[in-house]
Amino acid sequence: MELLERFALGDLEAFETLFRQFQGQVYGWIVRIVRDSGVAEDLTVETFWRIYRARARFDPAGNFGAWARRIATNIALDHLRTVRSEVELPENMPQSQSPDPAVRRDIRERMERAFQALPVKLRVPATLALIEEESYAEIAGALGISVGAVKLRVFRATRLLRKKLKRLGVEP
Amino acid sequence: MNHREDEKLKAALKQALPPMADVELGRDLWPQMLRKLGEQAIRVPWWDWTLAALVASSFFFFPKAIPVFLYLF
Repeated sequence: MELLERFALGDLEAFETLFRQFQGQVYGWIVRIVRDSGVAEDLTVETFWRIYRARARFDPAGNFGAWARRIATNIALDHLRTVRSEVELPENMPQSQSPDPAVRRDIRERMERAFQALPVKLRVPATLALIEEESYAEIAGALGISVGAVKLRVFRATRLLRKKLKRLGVEP
Repeated sequence: MNHREDEKLKAALKQALPPMADVELGRDLWPQMLRKLGEQAIRVPWWDWTLAALVASSFFFFPKAIPVFLYLF
């Protein structure tokens, strides 16, 4: 019997084989979304726990990696929604265009804050597309939405980020 | 908003939040997974305890229900 069939029937050894084969990939995907290696480890285990519980619903003819990535994305999104930063951005901060490294660091920090303040729904596709340079098709598959919807979310994230940066006095 | 501005924003963003693509898993998570599987296997949900308590208390108040229960189950 094939590995995926054995897994779907609840064979723990088959699950272990799949776990060892895919844990790196799942972790790598989650860490790109949550940007915290410790949290990503916990969420990887949580992902495989949900995978194990849902094994009966898995079609052994399907793509295990894509299925795992979809579940991992949902878990990472749920995590980001629960730990979402409630920090309000200050209005009309003075603009700084100094070459001073300290000032540049300050700009980077403002940029990070502005980005983290984006809604999770927009921030995740923007993180994957703009920072991690994943393809729109990959992101769409993981989020379970169309490529057009991903492009729209990235566009909206960019527009919102520009507004927030302008408010913070940052011109990238 | 032109393409050049988008590229500038992307570059600035990557400086502020460097890509995590090179971050690799440093250890095997299977032992942690096994612990979680073990914990979940022995965990009894609260509603099961509630049901057991209701059945036990019904036996206390209606002892004649015990043979009926044993016959049914």
